[in-house]
Amino acid sequence: MAEITFREALNQAMAEEMERDANVFLMGEEVGYYQGAYKVSQGLLERFGPKRVIDTPIAELGFAGLGIGAAQVGLRPIIEFMTWNFSILAMDQIVNNAAKLRYMSGGALKIPVVFRGASGAAHQLGAQHSQSLEAWYCNVPGLIVMAPSTPKDAKGMLKSAIRDDNPVIFIESEVAYGYKGEVPEGEYLVPIGVGDVKRTGKDVTIIAWSKMIHVALEAANMLAQEGIEAEVIDPRTLRPLDEQLLLTSIEKTNRCVIVEEGWPYAGVGAEISHRIYQNAFDHLDAPILRVTSEDVPMPYAKNLEQAVIPSAPKVAAAAKKVLYI
Amino acid sequence: MKKEKLLELYRMMLLIRRFEERTAQMYGLQKIGGFCHLYIGQEAVAVGTVAALRDDDYFIAAYRDHGHILAKGGDPKAVMAELFGKAGGVSKGKGGSMHLFDVAKGFYGGHGIVAGQIPVATGMAFAAKYRGEDRVTVCSMGEGTVHQGAFHESLNLASLWKLPVIYLIENNRYGMGTPLERASAVWDLSQKACSYDMARATVDGMDVLKVHEVMAEAVERARKLSEPSLIEARTYRFRGHSMSDPVHSHYRTKDEVEEQKTHDPLLKFQSYLLEKKYINEDQIKAYEDEIKTIVKESVDFAENSPEPALEAIYEDVYVE
Repeated sequence: MAEITFREALNQAMAEEMERDANVFLMGEEVGYYQGAYKVSQGLLERFGPKRVIDTPIAELGFAGLGIGAAQVGLRPIIEFMTWNFSILAMDQIVNNAAKLRYMSGGALKIPVVFRGASGAAHQLGAQHSQSLEAWYCNVPGLIVMAPSTPKDAKGMLKSAIRDDNPVIFIESEVAYGYKGEVPEGEYLVPIGVGDVKRTGKDVTIIAWSKMIHVALEAANMLAQEGIEAEVIDPRTLRPLDEQLLLTSIEKTNRCVIVEEGWPYAGVGAEISHRIYQNAFDHLDAPILRVTSEDVPMPYAKNLEQAVIPSAPKVAAAAKKVLYI
Repeated sequence: MKKEKLLELYRMMLLIRRFEERTAQMYGLQKIGGFCHLYIGQEAVAVGTVAALRDDDYFIAAYRDHGHILAKGGDPKAVMAELFGKAGGVSKGKGGSMHLFDVAKGFYGGHGIVAGQIPVATGMAFAAKYRGEDRVTVCSMGEGTVHQGAFHESLNLASLWKLPVIYLIENNRYGMGTPLERASAVWDLSQKACSYDMARATVDGMDVLKVHEVMAEAVERARKLSEPSLIEARTYRFRGHSMSDPVHSHYRTKDEVEEQKTHDPLLKFQSYLLEKKYINEDQIKAYEDEIKTIVKESVDFAENSPEPALEAIYEDVYVE
């Protein structure tokens, strides 16, 4: 096993899939000559040439829709949004076309496109550049939503996303691009819709994804010092949800905290907690708690930003609360 | 153009006209629901355009799409069944009037969001070029569309990357109830192409032969040179914006509509064919009879087609 960064893992996934299938191409702002705004596409232009690694003008609605049109006639585009904040400009194409064309055409079309890019708060980027929008996309039938937390998952999940015949929203954490982790040698896939236990424990289940897995693991380490063993579950794919994995854990621990970088109102955690209440009500010994970003646009000041996003102490405190400690 | 082909164009325009008239009746009988936008008055645009295409060329349209799918070779029975919301419809009853598809015929919808089809068309042309095919993509839109960002982003991309696509503005003068002059800073819409260094033309959209001629040039440019074009076809819709809207009221006068009807593209082409002696009154009658039968059979088929099974609700959301 080699230790590589999250961005390298994504880069390997794209390179391997482009090698494997000539219909796969990468398109987005600064993906080619600039080598990627976050260096995720580093070296791909040199390796695959300008036909398949395509720099776009700043026109998210246009190139997102172009990807959908190319996909509906048989190509397999990877469309990079420099950050998911800018995907809002392309929302019409993603929601009205990518997600609906198959259904509206009575199954005549398929749209094998991956939209991927950086998400979430980084370091004082302000309100417009710090958003976690997975809840918006999870709300839309027709889309698959994936949010990896480790380099190993990132690579295997992106390869599955590229091979899937459905439109996939692939959300990467901007601050996690430099995170390192072990990645297996050779080809492997992480299937869509299959979650993972990131830490085993018996006392409380903490559900998180993307960057928040690392916050949850840090909280679990804090709790371990007090003799509390938290189980950390990563659904990895948010739509469709690996409900059984979550329920199995809760049947064991009887307590649950959900950590989400997005906002609380109608967040992904709200849906997950609803499903747990519906299907594991009798197993719960305490109401589920959610730790989310505060319900505000992101402030710029460093101290305020840190106070807004979920942190390990907040998660540990929530875990103790559901344990009535 | 050979006589046989001219008569084919006439027959298709007549089919669209009679099909749409029957659609209006069926809407009145509440056999058809939702928003339903008729193509009556604009037939020359779709028919003249398709006449310049190969069968394997792509065509994508907005929501006033009945005429386009028929012109591209769609089965009138399956189109009518779709309007009826039946399982035998082109989209299995899940698309409706605004979302007609016939991928086998190269027709990719049927788009309900103004300008939503334009980036998609650009991507289809991109794919054809990527694969080294000489297929052409035609993207039809109304004149109300040209103020959307998606239009401008797409034209820039198509010109920048030399994509084999033709953007066809069907200027019927009104975006619902707003006339062009109250919505656009420019009257000559093909000027929009100048911003993107793109070939452009304006054509009388009430004349099927002129539409064909201009489109044939644009198709040649796309197929041979892989270069895009922007074509404005000036046309007019004889009915309301949709079946829920009046033919005329606050936004245009009855006199204006009546005056425009003197330029009826079907009658104009019919007169041309009569004048050229390519057709006589008996033959016109024969075409009318044939089309009447086709349209009647379409309605019968739609009536008799079953409603979609309830299980279809969850089908085709995802590729399993």
